[in-house]
Amino acid sequence: MAGMTKQGIGSILAKQGILIAFAIFMIGFALANQRFIAIDNISGVIRSSAILGVMALGVTFVVIGGNFDLSVGSMMSFSTIVVLDLHDKLGPALAIPAMFAMTMALGAFIGFLVGYMKLNSLIVTLGMLSAIHGLTLTWSGGKNMDIADKAGTWFSIFGQGRILGVPVPILIFLGLAIILGIVLARTPFGRKVYAVGGNGQAATFSGIPRARIVFLTYVLSAFCVAVAGLLQASRSLGSQNTVGQGMELQVLAAVILGGASLMGGSGTIFKTVIGVLILGFIQNGLLLMGLAFYVQYVVTWGIIILAVWLDVAAKRGRLWSPTA
Amino acid sequence: MTRARYRDALKHGAIWAFILVELAFFSIAGEYLSVSDKAFMDFDNMLLLLKQSAPIGIIALGMTIIMINGNIDLSVGATYALSAIVLLDSMTWPALQAMGDWAIPLAWGLALMTGAVLGAINGLIVWKTGVDAFIVTLGSMLGYRGLVFMINGEQPTSHLNWTLVDFAEAQFLGLHTATWFLLLTALALWLMMTRTVHGRNAYAIGNNREAAVNAGIRVGPHMMWNFVLIGFLAALSAVVFYSESGSVNPNDGMLFELWAVTAVVLGGTKLTGGYGSIISTLGGVIAIQLLRKGLGHIGAATETVNLVIGLILIAVLLLDRQLNRKGKEELKI
Repeated sequence: MAGMTKQGIGSILAKQGILIAFAIFMIGFALANQRFIAIDNISGVIRSSAILGVMALGVTFVVIGGNFDLSVGSMMSFSTIVVLDLHDKLGPALAIPAMFAMTMALGAFIGFLVGYMKLNSLIVTLGMLSAIHGLTLTWSGGKNMDIADKAGTWFSIFGQGRILGVPVPILIFLGLAIILGIVLARTPFGRKVYAVGGNGQAATFSGIPRARIVFLTYVLSAFCVAVAGLLQASRSLGSQNTVGQGMELQVLAAVILGGASLMGGSGTIFKTVIGVLILGFIQNGLLLMGLAFYVQYVVTWGIIILAVWLDVAAKRGRLWSPTA
Repeated sequence: MTRARYRDALKHGAIWAFILVELAFFSIAGEYLSVSDKAFMDFDNMLLLLKQSAPIGIIALGMTIIMINGNIDLSVGATYALSAIVLLDSMTWPALQAMGDWAIPLAWGLALMTGAVLGAINGLIVWKTGVDAFIVTLGSMLGYRGLVFMINGEQPTSHLNWTLVDFAEAQFLGLHTATWFLLLTALALWLMMTRTVHGRNAYAIGNNREAAVNAGIRVGPHMMWNFVLIGFLAALSAVVFYSESGSVNPNDGMLFELWAVTAVVLGGTKLTGGYGSIISTLGGVIAIQLLRKGLGHIGAATETVNLVIGLILIAVLLLDRQLNRKGKEELKI
């Protein structure tokens, strides 16, 4: 009996550990600095986390489906550059759908390779990271991309606008999170993603079209990247070719922090949002404490390892690995 | 049996055949497209190519043993930068400056030790916590980069030591110093992986970890040693490169992990572990560098390199799947 109780506590810790950690962080930072819990500070943090957050939503689907997506960073650079370039050539009303179509075509290509051709997702998306970066540079000729008439375009509404006082990026991020959360938890498609990631073979035997589900997770991820690119482009109205560089790993860090297993089959949208917010608030809290921006890298390192370690330890029932 | 051997030879030889194709293609295309009069296969050009392959190459060699072992290390770029800073910064310390040129071996030693310690930290965490190496090194990629900034600040660190520069630019038997380091590292690792118990066990662990445990192999220490080794090699790569350049930017080494993995996979090493060869990785490194130089030679924009390498990586994966599937079908018969 005692053993069971212990296991119960362990599994509660494993399931809710991320929320507990989040609460401890918020309280700690709030005690250290009153400004931390001011409404405009909180809204500022969520706003600046929105781009990373939107990308993390899509990657959550891919990871639950049992795959990686390392290409989201360079894909985000691509969509940002493309939409900025087309803005002046076609006008924003045409540029946005054109950019979405192109980005999602890239996602479909990756989905085809990983889903239907059954290639290793880590290598495919690594290759696409490089290839899409090349594509972006070729498109822009290596130069920065800027909108000519920055003051006179309604395009800036996505990144800079407010509706009822709430910044639009927050609305888009949270709105998308709610929709995708429902898709993942409440629809047949969402359940199939879990099934494919949890045990691909069993899923195939029970008649779930594994290839198509994996394909769709990548298209969905590309859609989220396109939204992120739109937010980025609209916020700055100009961009370098490398704007998304390195974000793939930060996104993955947020998803892992949220407790999604890299083996697939587990994770939720809600926890990914918490993971994104933890990264955002840590960064903000450390800055408010007067520490340089790079201190957050070291802190994030510790938190990622600790979070995953506790998760693994709770599952195997002992803290240290039994590996000899 | 002979067909299996034939297929094996095909797989091992593929990367070298690819290099030959690259050489032929760029030589012929260069005749028509190149703006310079020099032939692509100019001897000096090839020597330079080997030298330029060294920084990524030394890291990729280390990545090979990590991947054969069934792990991955994403923190090598940050380890590279941190070791470079230790190298250049330590030479400006008063205690070392007082020593004159004797400071050089000491600075080298400090930098190499930094790399080994960073690798050991990764290895120890992977071993003792049982967290996947991908996650552990993803974390330390961020963490080590943070340390780089904390030690160095946001400005570049520079220190040129002319004795060191002379050494780095020297040529022995025609080959540059960096090339020698690359080749000797390859030789040492090749001997280790093919002639020692550690090498054999590393293959066994990567191939089937459970079976290796049942056979009484201690998995932990072997993984740990490999992580120490790749940390050391990342530092060696930094030492070789920064002895000559003398200036390090805190963002240096970013994406090195991805280039190294690309070279290793081009060389045919399996991501799942248990299969791969040091010599083929050397081929992968040279193939990538050839592509970079070759595309520049025929006047293609430098940005196309990324595009081409990415697509080649995927093509290799498709080809590899084709070969492997044939293998399995034959086994059934």
